[in-house]
Amino acid sequence: MAHGRPSPYPYWFVAPAAVIFLTLFMMPTGASFWFALTRWDLYTADFIGLDNFRQFFKEPQLLNGLVNTVIYAVLTSVSKSVIGLLLAVLLTSGLYAQGFLRTVVFFPVLVSTIGIGLTFFQLMHPTKGAINLALEAIGLSKVGWLTTPWLALYSVALIDLWKGVGLATLIYIAGLASISPDYYEAARIDGATRVQQFWRITVPLVRPATVTVVTLSLIGGLRSFDIIWATTRGGPGFSSDVLASVIYKQYQAGFYGLSTAGNVILFLLIAAIVLPLTAWMNRREVDL
Amino acid sequence: MKPRQYVNGWATIALFSLLFIVPFIFIFLMSVKSVEQASRLDFSWPQDWHFWANFVEVIQTRNYMLVLAYFNSTVITVGAVSLLVILGAMVGYVLQRRPSGWNKLIYAGLLAGLIVPPAVVPTIWVLQGLGLFKTLHGMILIQVAYGLAFSVLLFRSFIGTIPGDLDEAAMIDGATPWQIFFRVILPLLKPVTVTLIVVQSVFIFNDFTNPLYYLPGKDNITVQLTLFNFQSQFQSQYNLLFMNILLVTIPPLVVFIFFNRQIVAGMTAGGVKG
Repeated sequence: MAHGRPSPYPYWFVAPAAVIFLTLFMMPTGASFWFALTRWDLYTADFIGLDNFRQFFKEPQLLNGLVNTVIYAVLTSVSKSVIGLLLAVLLTSGLYAQGFLRTVVFFPVLVSTIGIGLTFFQLMHPTKGAINLALEAIGLSKVGWLTTPWLALYSVALIDLWKGVGLATLIYIAGLASISPDYYEAARIDGATRVQQFWRITVPLVRPATVTVVTLSLIGGLRSFDIIWATTRGGPGFSSDVLASVIYKQYQAGFYGLSTAGNVILFLLIAAIVLPLTAWMNRREVDL
Repeated sequence: MKPRQYVNGWATIALFSLLFIVPFIFIFLMSVKSVEQASRLDFSWPQDWHFWANFVEVIQTRNYMLVLAYFNSTVITVGAVSLLVILGAMVGYVLQRRPSGWNKLIYAGLLAGLIVPPAVVPTIWVLQGLGLFKTLHGMILIQVAYGLAFSVLLFRSFIGTIPGDLDEAAMIDGATPWQIFFRVILPLLKPVTVTLIVVQSVFIFNDFTNPLYYLPGKDNITVQLTLFNFQSQFQSQYNLLFMNILLVTIPPLVVFIFFNRQIVAGMTAGGVKG
């Protein structure tokens, strides 16, 4: 390019986006590290050191939210990738009405999480819910899906799996399409069974899709809020609270410093889990 | 097709339908029932159909709040998605075409935009300082800030497939950077733009958390929030609650029917967002 001539790719093209992104995303994120150390009412912030964090790790219900967040994220992420892969294999096996089934599995991904949450709240009703009536019809006893303290978090994770597994399936179907059929051909000639083909060919070669699915659903799971808020609101008691719902509750109660400390903890938790994990899973890949 | 495969196929279809379609049938059946029948919450056929009556009642609740909510949600979605297309394409364009020392930093910022959870209360503090808290345009800018990383990365990878000779030729013909981008590049981005519009529209329309924090107040109600507010109002009127759920489910269904292919492309493209 000739000297003195302005570039056809001027930096001011980046400016409007940069202003919005820096002001409304980066600045609050940066500020959160300061406000997390204060007692704060949006107007005056008193520095109180690490008190908010101490409170977080001392109060059982707050600590419980932290533990639940990890359980919930790991559960939903593992179940979505395992079931997503199995569904993808099933839906690429030349099944009857394959296209229709892919549509059916994927549609819940696009539907309002709140709508899904409220629907399952009724379907899981302890006495009148359709799921319990079905269980009763086949001779099992009713289950307090969302009303039993130890079970509520797992029930919500199950709803999340139902809603989100379609995305994992879709990503795995795209991944499976990139595996050359020659490998399976060769394996068949050598007499490998279907199960062997799955473990020795499919699982290793679909790895990039696995990285995507695990990373996406882990991040989504750690940040999860609306599905929990629509079904249990963190209850019964605080048994299904996660960090995101704790952050909202503390915000509602006016403890802005404590709420922001929750935000910082969530940020650090995501960074501590997701960054090493993706680095480890991407070792053999150079792609972005 | 062998008979066994045929039977297996139908068995799978039956099982999948049971698992994935039945909840939607439940929503529909509940929404057309009478109050008394809906309160039983069971999976039964409606005794009489109250579709229209329930529809009208939901629309009229709290002085046509749902209509206002649809209006607000549409304004936010259209505004934010338009900005995400234009601004995202501009950044992706410069980022792809002009290698510089800054790019690494920008990528780090974009990566942060994809994974870092927004710091909610500090964001409210910033919005208040700018006079944008509880305003529709503030909400639009928030959605732009949160969706930008996905938009930029999607555009950047697509622009990589457009030869740089085109820009060069336009420049030699005397076109300004502005003209090159809007007259030459942007029209070529149509496929990826459609994908982005569809995916982001569904995402922003369905967003609950951000309006909950940044857009409180009943004049600013959005569609997802009506659902939540009506939950207490319709405590004993499940038919109306489910009519509302049905109305909220229809827009993504329509989008899905018409743009199935673009949605699949957007959701799997690098899988940058879930």
